[in-house]
Amino acid sequence: MKWDWSAVSDFMPHFWDGLLVTLQILVLGSLISFALGLVWALLMRVPTRWVTWPVGAVTEFVRNTPLLVQLFFLFYVLPEWGVTFSALTTGVFAIGLHYSTYTMQVYRAGIEAVPVGQWEAATALNLPLRRTWTAVILPQAVRRVVPALGNYVISMLKDTPLLMAITVLEMLGEARLFSQQNFQFTEPLTVIGFAFIVISYLASLALRALERRLVH
Amino acid sequence: MTSGLWELVLHGVWVTIQLLVLSSLLATAVSFVVGVARTHRLWIVRFLAGFYTEVFRGTSALVMIFWVFFVLPPAFGWQLVPLWAGTLALGLTYGAYGSEIVRGAIAAVDPAQREGGIALSFTPWQRMKLILLPQAVPEMIPPFSNLLIELLKGTALVSIMGMGDLAFSGNLIRLALQESAEIYTYILIIYFVIAFLLTRIMRGLEKKLKAGVGRTPTPKTDVEPKPAETTNVGGAVR
Repeated sequence: MKWDWSAVSDFMPHFWDGLLVTLQILVLGSLISFALGLVWALLMRVPTRWVTWPVGAVTEFVRNTPLLVQLFFLFYVLPEWGVTFSALTTGVFAIGLHYSTYTMQVYRAGIEAVPVGQWEAATALNLPLRRTWTAVILPQAVRRVVPALGNYVISMLKDTPLLMAITVLEMLGEARLFSQQNFQFTEPLTVIGFAFIVISYLASLALRALERRLVH
Repeated sequence: MTSGLWELVLHGVWVTIQLLVLSSLLATAVSFVVGVARTHRLWIVRFLAGFYTEVFRGTSALVMIFWVFFVLPPAFGWQLVPLWAGTLALGLTYGAYGSEIVRGAIAAVDPAQREGGIALSFTPWQRMKLILLPQAVPEMIPPFSNLLIELLKGTALVSIMGMGDLAFSGNLIRLALQESAEIYTYILIIYFVIAFLLTRIMRGLEKKLKAGVGRTPTPKTDVEPKPAETTNVGGAVR
């Protein structure tokens, strides 16, 4: 096995560019998935099956089909319908949508874990529905589910390389480009593989610290 | 779509199913070996198993696939057939997730069962084989079912390496027809149907295994936590 340190140092500038894009995808994708997941979770509680069945079916479908094909779908079909976004925007939206179908489960579990006495108290205080949710239920539910949401952020980090398939130059995209130009595959791929392990490990440590803080 | 294109889709389905079966077999083997190793009494075995889990779970499946396709051949001087390369990358990655399921299920068996085995002076291997695993395996099936769906979704990644699976046939047909909405809708639906069938099969398996240890299946829950990602290197049994 030949290892060439000069290839590593040549790759590093590209690596930082890629890392920046990866983190961008991660942050924006997480925000979309947190927001959209909450919307799905709330819609699933609307007391009519005209809402819950379509929402349930769509999210089930998105959750059980590959993100890669969803990316292709959005990347190639939307322009046919006359909607054009950059590859990065499409990718961020796709990954956010995909993960929102996971986060909705997390929110749902969190909402169901709020003790029934809280609901009864809100009714007893004659709080309107809106205030019951915003001031009583959601603050307690969201606090419970932060660690679980964090797990999905780490999962999402490991799905960001998929955006390479729709021409986004994140870490893996940069590594592939560099390898093809210089015919050095070993070093860039190993560097980013290592980077993924380090980032997800640090993230899981941070998450555990956060979890401890929230519990106490 | 013409019948020739449908044949292409069918071929893609066949490749996807082959890859799914092979990599799920490898992943199961890895899960059990590594998961059981994490309960071993020697710390070095636990450490190595935990290290494996962290490394393979920490990196992205797609990066792993690239690595197996591009780094292994020059490094070791041999090249794998794409199907085996895909199987290796997916099996090792998802096996690392599966080992957490195995470890968790073994740790969740009532401690009295383990103590009973010690009292009857079973060897550790007998305890594992005759007492712990028969009770732990049925509990593993629901999380394994979720992992299997994740693996099915993961098989689409090999299309990036040019392997002719379902997602790849979709791309070929898009190029042939210059029309994406229809073909990608079909491809997504086919994936969904496969996932649905897998869920059914796994539920049947769970029922059978639980009947074997005199329990009833847990009622269906929608919560499907992806494998938790918060363990340390070191592999101490928590």
